Amino acid sequence: MVTANDLVKTYGKKNEVLAVDHVSFSVKEAEIFGLIGPDGAGKTSIFRMLTTLLLPDSGSASVQGFDVVKDYKAIRNTVGYMPGRFSLYQDLTVEENLDFFATVFETTVAENYDLIKDIYVQLEPFKKRRAGKLSGGMKQKLALCCALIHKPTVLFLDEPTTGVDPVSRKEFWEMLKRLQSQGITILVSTPYMDEADLCDRIALIQNGKILSIDTPENISAAYPDKLFAVKANKMSTLLKELAQFKNASATYSFGEYAHVATDSKQFEAGNAPVEFEKELEDYLADHGLENIEIKEIKASVEDCFIKFLK
Amino acid sequence: MKQFLSFVKKEFRHVLRDRRVLLILFGMPIAQVLLFGFALSNEIKNTKIVIVDYAKDYASQQITTKIAASQYFDIDKNLLSHDQLLAAFKKGDIKEAVIFPVNFAEDLSHQNQAQIQIISDATDLNISNQVIAYLTNIILNYQAEQNQLQKIPYRIIPETRMLYNPELKGAPNFVPGVMAMVLLLVCVMMTAVAIVKEKETGTMEVLLVSPMKPWTIIVSKAAPYLILSLLDLISILVLSVFVLNVPVEGSLVLLLAESTLFIVTCLMLGILISIQTSSQQIAMLISLVGMMMPAMMLSGFMFPIENMPYALQLISNILPSKWYYIIVKNVMIKGTGFAAVWKETLIMAGIAMLLFLVSLKKFKIRLQ
Repeated sequence: MVTANDLVKTYGKKNEVLAVDHVSFSVKEAEIFGLIGPDGAGKTSIFRMLTTLLLPDSGSASVQGFDVVKDYKAIRNTVGYMPGRFSLYQDLTVEENLDFFATVFETTVAENYDLIKDIYVQLEPFKKRRAGKLSGGMKQKLALCCALIHKPTVLFLDEPTTGVDPVSRKEFWEMLKRLQSQGITILVSTPYMDEADLCDRIALIQNGKILSIDTPENISAAYPDKLFAVKANKMSTLLKELAQFKNASATYSFGEYAHVATDSKQFEAGNAPVEFEKELEDYLADHGLENIEIKEIKASVEDCFIKFLK
Repeated sequence: MKQFLSFVKKEFRHVLRDRRVLLILFGMPIAQVLLFGFALSNEIKNTKIVIVDYAKDYASQQITTKIAASQYFDIDKNLLSHDQLLAAFKKGDIKEAVIFPVNFAEDLSHQNQAQIQIISDATDLNISNQVIAYLTNIILNYQAEQNQLQKIPYRIIPETRMLYNPELKGAPNFVPGVMAMVLLLVCVMMTAVAIVKEKETGTMEVLLVSPMKPWTIIVSKAAPYLILSLLDLISILVLSVFVLNVPVEGSLVLLLAESTLFIVTCLMLGILISIQTSSQQIAMLISLVGMMMPAMMLSGFMFPIENMPYALQLISNILPSKWYYIIVKNVMIKGTGFAAVWKETLIMAGIAMLLFLVSLKKFKIRLQ
């Protein structure tokens, strides 16, 4: 459906900034494919090359069999694109924006109303409001409506949930699932690791390079170390002391917990994870921490990402 | 076509919902016309003049009456000494002085020659020149009348007539200039900013990834400003005819057609600027400094092109506003027909074509 083959993109006068570094992946039909990575990882550059807005320095890419350089017109006719920045007319109302984009794509709102109905019913009470005066979540929903209005076969969503509250984010992903069930292929990028699990397959990306491509489950399962979540009364002291703990290969804060990774080889030799926990608890208690809580956990995509970065 | 209309509708909404744009679009031309018409006038009106008449005879009285008949002068009859006169000039109480020597009439009738001294405050060169020319005219006129009566052998007296603008009014001179300036500003700056704005807010990104063709985007972006500029043009013409009493001497249709050509040329210029720039500020700066200033200085409206250094004269040729200014002066003030301005029209059309082709070539179908 969508394939990228060794894409390279550089910026700057002397091409000194390498934004996308030999990226290859392919997206199947009716799949939600996530590009997961921090700001500046090169997600937007990849999206722009796939939506024909940027020319790759080298490599090739195609959308539905159309080449992004040669057949750019064909691609522009069929895909839906929602840029990372809110890109609708702030001084036009919700209704006017939708009508305008419908005519730009040579269709009408009525024609494809069933596709956007679920989303649009939430916007309907505000249809006379100017787009610039909508809340963040509402703006994104409107932008999604506008990107969907011509019934695209492939949908490119560049960070659609950035700056959106958690409830709206959840709703947004539910919408994407519904669109997927209608056979639309969706490419989505996000800096939020917790959204990775909602994709069918993800590509972890950092500094323009793809670190890993697989289903979120497989990526988590491939985590090589044993991982423990630790909590105590003083978070900052806890992190400081953990960093000194000899048997930890990595420690970092993770929400209200601190995650401690340790080489899983020691457990093959007969050591039980319980013993490691005991050892860690004693160590922390010796260093004046109280209410210590330790539990073994499964790695999330974010843990994998952090591991990749090391 | 539906795409186009929908785009134009959207564009009008942008304009109508932005008070600042509305103010620039319609406030500015009206303000400019009225300012140039009433405040920034370089007509000689109510110039303070003192007539020092040492002669007090029939000849000096007759000339004084003639001068007094003109509405341009504020006359003060006073017998001042030389020192008093200079003091009055210094204080700025008077701008001109006309002095008749003793025995003025006698000299004139007996020696066939008499002298009048005109003293002028030359710090204001424009007024001073005009007043002196005007006074000389009056005196020559009087002389001519006397000659007729006395049948003294022929004397050739140069007669100047101010054609098309006999009263030396400022309005006929600046209305074409203001028209050129306002249309240039509205068309160039507004279109440039309007397209760059889409780039800046990211909406251009969405438009590019759509079936819309680049030239449809360009044309539908420019079309509303063509209509708005024509409205501006009409309001300037209405003001000039009814408030400033400068009628359209030639064909109104021809004037509107030529103006439309000028507007299209400016729109193309605006589009070219917007294609080459990436932010509204830069687009505005280029339109103001790069286009407005030369247009004001070099199109002949403020300073006569003939007096410029040769290099500047050459540069002035590439300014559409120069040619438009010439056309409007011909059609509106002199009342000439198309035959008199076809060359200028052709040059302007050529510039428009060139700009259009360059814009098409430079339009970016992608980002960057």
